[in-house]
Amino acid sequence: MSAAAANPQHQLSAEPEALLEFRGVGKRFGAREVLKNISLNIASGEFLTLLGESGSGKTTVLRLVAGFEQPTAGEIWMRGQRLDTLPPYKRRVNTVFQHYALFPHLSVRENVAYGLRVQKTSATEIGGRVDEALRMVKMQEFAASRPSKLSGGQQQRVALARALVNRPLLLLLDEPLSALDANLRKQMQSELKALQRELGITFLFVTHDQEEAMALSDRIALLRDGALEQVASPREIYAHPSTAYTAQFIGQTNLLRGEILNGTARCGALQWPAGGPGGAVIFSLRPEDIRLASDAVAPPGTARFRAALQQQFFSGASELLEVNCGGGQLLRVRISARGPLSGEHEFVFSAADAIRVEE
Amino acid sequence: MYSRAYKTLVSLPPLLWVGLFLLLPYALMFAHSFWVVHDGVLVHQWNLHNYLTLFSKPVYVEVLLRTMRIAASVTLCSLLLGYPLAYYLSFHAGSRKELLYQLVIVPLWVSYLVRGYAWKTILGSEGILNGFLQYLHLTHGPVAFLLYSPFAVVLMLTHIYTPFVFLPIYAALEHIPRPLVEASHDLGAGSVQTFLRVILPLSIPGLLAGATFAFVLSLGDFLAPLLVGGASGTMIANVVQSLFGAAFDWPLGAAISVCILIITISLLFLSERLEKRWSFK
Repeated sequence: MSAAAANPQHQLSAEPEALLEFRGVGKRFGAREVLKNISLNIASGEFLTLLGESGSGKTTVLRLVAGFEQPTAGEIWMRGQRLDTLPPYKRRVNTVFQHYALFPHLSVRENVAYGLRVQKTSATEIGGRVDEALRMVKMQEFAASRPSKLSGGQQQRVALARALVNRPLLLLLDEPLSALDANLRKQMQSELKALQRELGITFLFVTHDQEEAMALSDRIALLRDGALEQVASPREIYAHPSTAYTAQFIGQTNLLRGEILNGTARCGALQWPAGGPGGAVIFSLRPEDIRLASDAVAPPGTARFRAALQQQFFSGASELLEVNCGGGQLLRVRISARGPLSGEHEFVFSAADAIRVEE
Repeated sequence: MYSRAYKTLVSLPPLLWVGLFLLLPYALMFAHSFWVVHDGVLVHQWNLHNYLTLFSKPVYVEVLLRTMRIAASVTLCSLLLGYPLAYYLSFHAGSRKELLYQLVIVPLWVSYLVRGYAWKTILGSEGILNGFLQYLHLTHGPVAFLLYSPFAVVLMLTHIYTPFVFLPIYAALEHIPRPLVEASHDLGAGSVQTFLRVILPLSIPGLLAGATFAFVLSLGDFLAPLLVGGASGTMIANVVQSLFGAAFDWPLGAAISVCILIITISLLFLSERLEKRWSFK
């Protein structure tokens, strides 16, 4: 890659070199503030997912990086160069659009060759690279077809090839799988992940689907109302959500609002040993961290409670229980499938699994 | 769904209309073109005399060629004005789009004749333009070629038909999905390349429709040459008009009309084929 050679790596920081840096980036559309003070580093070769509800500003982040929008505050840097002042066509960034945006008047081959052609690449090189890109996404046999003749999944592959053939430093993907049906989406997810590993290209992926984000990403950046809520690896963000919003958005959880007094956390009928400063607190307790009690006595460091079964949802390998532990306090419990249950049961969870979160 | 009687009832009026006011006149015209006038009387004698006259007398061929030249010039000029205007409105006008669109449309509500006389006032010997040129001492007497010339006809027809060219082009440009333009920039193409490789090809159906409008409407126009064309700006429709009027040679007029009709229909056919070739769904 020529740009890599042209840019000596003169970073002073000891951290791994950041490919892309957001420095206090903000974006307003008139009076509406869509992004607030986004600071984020994306490492070279990373698969980073911007996760958020619709209207959280995730697509705007992508459009700022692509150059379709200008930030109203802050700066974006790429490999030690200011990026946000460059026009879109001068950025070594390519986008896979949500609805693919393939050129309807060009064949699959011409679509993929587009970027190379406008860069005045030699015809022989274009031929070779386009073939390679089409092979990569398994679309060689459709080279002569027009996009309108392709299925959604095939168009998706062409869009991917059209972007990757330019060997971008960073690939932006705007909900690329949202228009596909469930089975095809799973398949494309695994192909996408394999492709990213193989090519080592940095992916900035936008989705509202937390499962997709968990399955694919090295790190997830969760956006809420235009601000970053938490940035961490999928396992980290799942195990240690920093806020109640994150805990609820990523996976299912029980939010326990209570207080800590003298080393004991209390929430309704539940109590368990907890350290840290006292006062009103919120805990997140994942349904799978609660289990049916098997011993007569609770081991130290655990909490044991009795609750009446209200609902049972079977889902194959596991089932989700909704239990009432008295006073209308409902908890969700996920256990491995074990047949219909009824009446009252003893449940237990480890105090360490109740994660303290911010509001 | 609907009964046969109902369907017949609904389709009858349009069929009658087309039959009475379109097919029948055309059939009459077609028949007339094979008859002749002898001593001021129409003789129903089938022959090709009119068509032979048409192509052997240079005056008719000359006027026909001039008409096509004028129509082609009008088409070219309206495209050169209409396309950039439509492009600007569709892609760069921002919040002024609605206002500008109305400004393009409003002249269409003004009578054709009024606009014709307006050009007479502007271009005439005592007109505004000549007055201005003399005031600036750029010319010493009135410039005569401004009015009563093919130039004046092209100018007036371009003024009149530019909105007709603008509209289909604007519609075509508005239908181009904006992500395609973004995709082009994203893939490294600047504004010029994006225009040539994406926007222009996708607007060709609109461009063809606009060009066809301008050419076909100009081809059959007789008011502009009458008002501002003079002798050197006479067009084929004026010849037809005089043949049906003072000259009283309906058969020859009909033969010319048939020729124009054939040219027009061929053009419409060709343009539709091309439009299909360039539309992508």
